[in-house]
Parts: sequence; structure tokens; C-alpha cells
Amino acid sequence: MCATCGCSAGAMATMTSPGKEGTTLWKRVGDRSTHRLSPPSASLVRVVDLEARVLAKNAALAVKNRAWFAEREILALNFVSSPGAGKTTLLERTIRDLKAEFPLYVVEGDQATSRDAERIRAAGAPVVQLNTGTGCHLEADMIARTMRELVPSPGSLVLIENVGNLVCPALFDLGEHTKVVVLSVAEGDDKPLKYPHMFRAAEVLILNKLDLLPHVDFDIAHAIENARAINPELTILSLSARTGEGMEGWYDWLRRTSSLALKQPPSGIVSSQLTV
Amino acid sequence: MHELGITRNIVAIVAEAAQGKRVHRVVLEVGKLGGVMPDAIAFCFDVVAQGTAVEGAKLDIVEVAGAACCRRCEAEFEILNLFTACACGSRDVAVTRGEELMIKTMDVEEAA
Repeated sequence: MCATCGCSAGAMATMTSPGKEGTTLWKRVGDRSTHRLSPPSASLVRVVDLEARVLAKNAALAVKNRAWFAEREILALNFVSSPGAGKTTLLERTIRDLKAEFPLYVVEGDQATSRDAERIRAAGAPVVQLNTGTGCHLEADMIARTMRELVPSPGSLVLIENVGNLVCPALFDLGEHTKVVVLSVAEGDDKPLKYPHMFRAAEVLILNKLDLLPHVDFDIAHAIENARAINPELTILSLSARTGEGMEGWYDWLRRTSSLALKQPPSGIVSSQLTV
Repeated sequence: MHELGITRNIVAIVAEAAQGKRVHRVVLEVGKLGGVMPDAIAFCFDVVAQGTAVEGAKLDIVEVAGAACCRRCEAEFEILNLFTACACGSRDVAVTRGEELMIKTMDVEEAA
């Protein structure tokens, strides 16, 4: 025991109820010599309950975005994939084919350059490019800022192309109605097993680049089996955004979902992302 | 890679809650199924904490094992990954634990 202030170095002293939730523990710090040198100012360490969800800020902003989209009857989709799976090509063709049917707006996320935004603009949709610099994913506040710039019209589709990355975007809810994961047949059919978080967070899987199937070892049945092992509820569509094969199935899904989105609250509200 | 941004969030939340007081220790709960690597957070923590009230604080990470509930037979069981099937054969399972990412407590210095 310290001769001057009576503490035991590092030991718990008392336990008090601060009148707030949780328990507060008091503990003296420092060794005896410190206490002997300056007993009146001996420091105490208080244990404070925080129970703070680390991603709560993003989750709260995502909830706001979701409400903002719902008020305007906008269907917002978050496209995720590894780099090169064909997200931009899928959006380009979708814009060309559906721009007479829906007002379409695009948010392009990349670490650098506005090359994708230029492609989207050429396809005929208003677009904002977000460059994340070193960032590996988009976050909800970026989408809120982008919407002030884009000002999508009521009843429109907002297509958000996330940074090409099968890891981090799974963790950050943007307030979208649905995450759409794109997997190209040029990748492995075991991708869902290797990146389970993303395939679990998504509601739709698009198997892209069907035109390459004769040239690669990709087994569609295996890919679907692997994806369903992670996420039995997944809607799976196969297509080639380059040739147009299978695009009608995707457009039917878009039409169905956008008309449902106008009437029902988005299904993604209680996503796993909000629990972290 | 997202652990750097997440660690910045952790330090910001703790520094704000500490209101200028020195923080000695932070206890963080990380679920094993949450897609966040404890080692990567620990690696970033000291660097991110520099120049804040959290500088020099010890980071204790408590890992939380995964658990799930089967939607078919309602059994509850531990899972090691997101594709563990239920003993009944169903893969339609809801993860009930293991996705936590929560700052539990912090130790702050108070004048005696």
C-alpha cells in the first residue's frame, strides 16, 4: 500500500453508481513513488461505459438517405463488385435501353479519374463522379452530398456504382434500396465463398460476361450453388452487358422493384450493416 | 483496408466522449463475423491516436464468437463463418451474434 495516499498501485478502489446507466469503477494509477511525490493530485482513472457502435454515424446517415429516397419514390441501387466485373458497362447499356422509360441518375465511385463518369454521360444520364482518393468504399455522407448536386427527380432510378472492391463496401450502408453484386464469369466461380460478406449483404447477384463463358472455366451452376450457400434468398440473373444477352431479365427486375419501391418501405432497412 | 477509417471513427468517438481528459484504455468489442480484423485495427490505433486525447492509450479488443439461429428448426448454434449450415441441413440461418463493432468502455483520467 502507498504510504502517502493509501492506494494499492493499479488496484481497484471503490465501485460507485454515478446515477447513469452502467457501472463506474474507480482505480488509482501510477506507482507509489508518484503518489508520494504528489499525493494531492494523484490521478484517478474512471471507467466510462460508452456502448458506442463504431459505424453508428454512417448507419444514421444511411437511414436519412433511405428516407430521402423513399419520400421521392426513388429506387436507389448500390452496385458492388471487384474491379473489372463490368459494372460500368452494365450501367451504360441500362441507361441506353431504359432512359426513355425512367429518369436515371448515376453516382460513380472510384479512387481516381472521371473516366467512368464520362462513359455514363455519353450514354445519356446525369452523373457525379466521386473520387475517394485512398478510400476503398463509398460512405453514406458522400451519397447525401452527391444527391444535393444531382437532384434526382421523383420516381427516378439512382444507380450508385461503388468502388471496385468485394470487401469494404459490404460494411457501409449507403441508404440504398438494394445492393446488387456483379460477378463476371472471368472471375472464379468460388468468389461467393471467398468474399461471403458481400454476397450476404446483397439481394441481387448479376452474373455478367456470359459471352465469355466458352473461353473460361467458370461453372455457372457452381457459382449459383456457392452464392446460395451464403445467401439462400439471393435473386440471381445471368447476362452479358456487352452483347445484351439476358438484359431483359434485369430490366424486368428493375421495373418490378421500382414499382414496388413506390408502395413499400425498402426491404434493406434492417440490413446486417446496421447492427455493427 | 477499411480498418483505417474504422479506427479513425473509434478514436474520434472516444476523444469526443473524453472531453479533453486523457484516455488510458479503450475496450473494443469485435465480432468474428463482422468483416473487421482486430489485428488491423490494433495496427492503426497508435498512429491514429497520435495528437489526440487517446494518444498512448491501451487498446483491448474483445472478440465475440459467431452464433446463428436456424430459420427451419429454430436451433441456435455457434458458427465459425457465414456459410456454416445448421445440423438439420438448412443453410437458411440468421446470424445472431458475431457482427459486433462496439466501443464498450474507456478509462479516463480524472483529477483526484
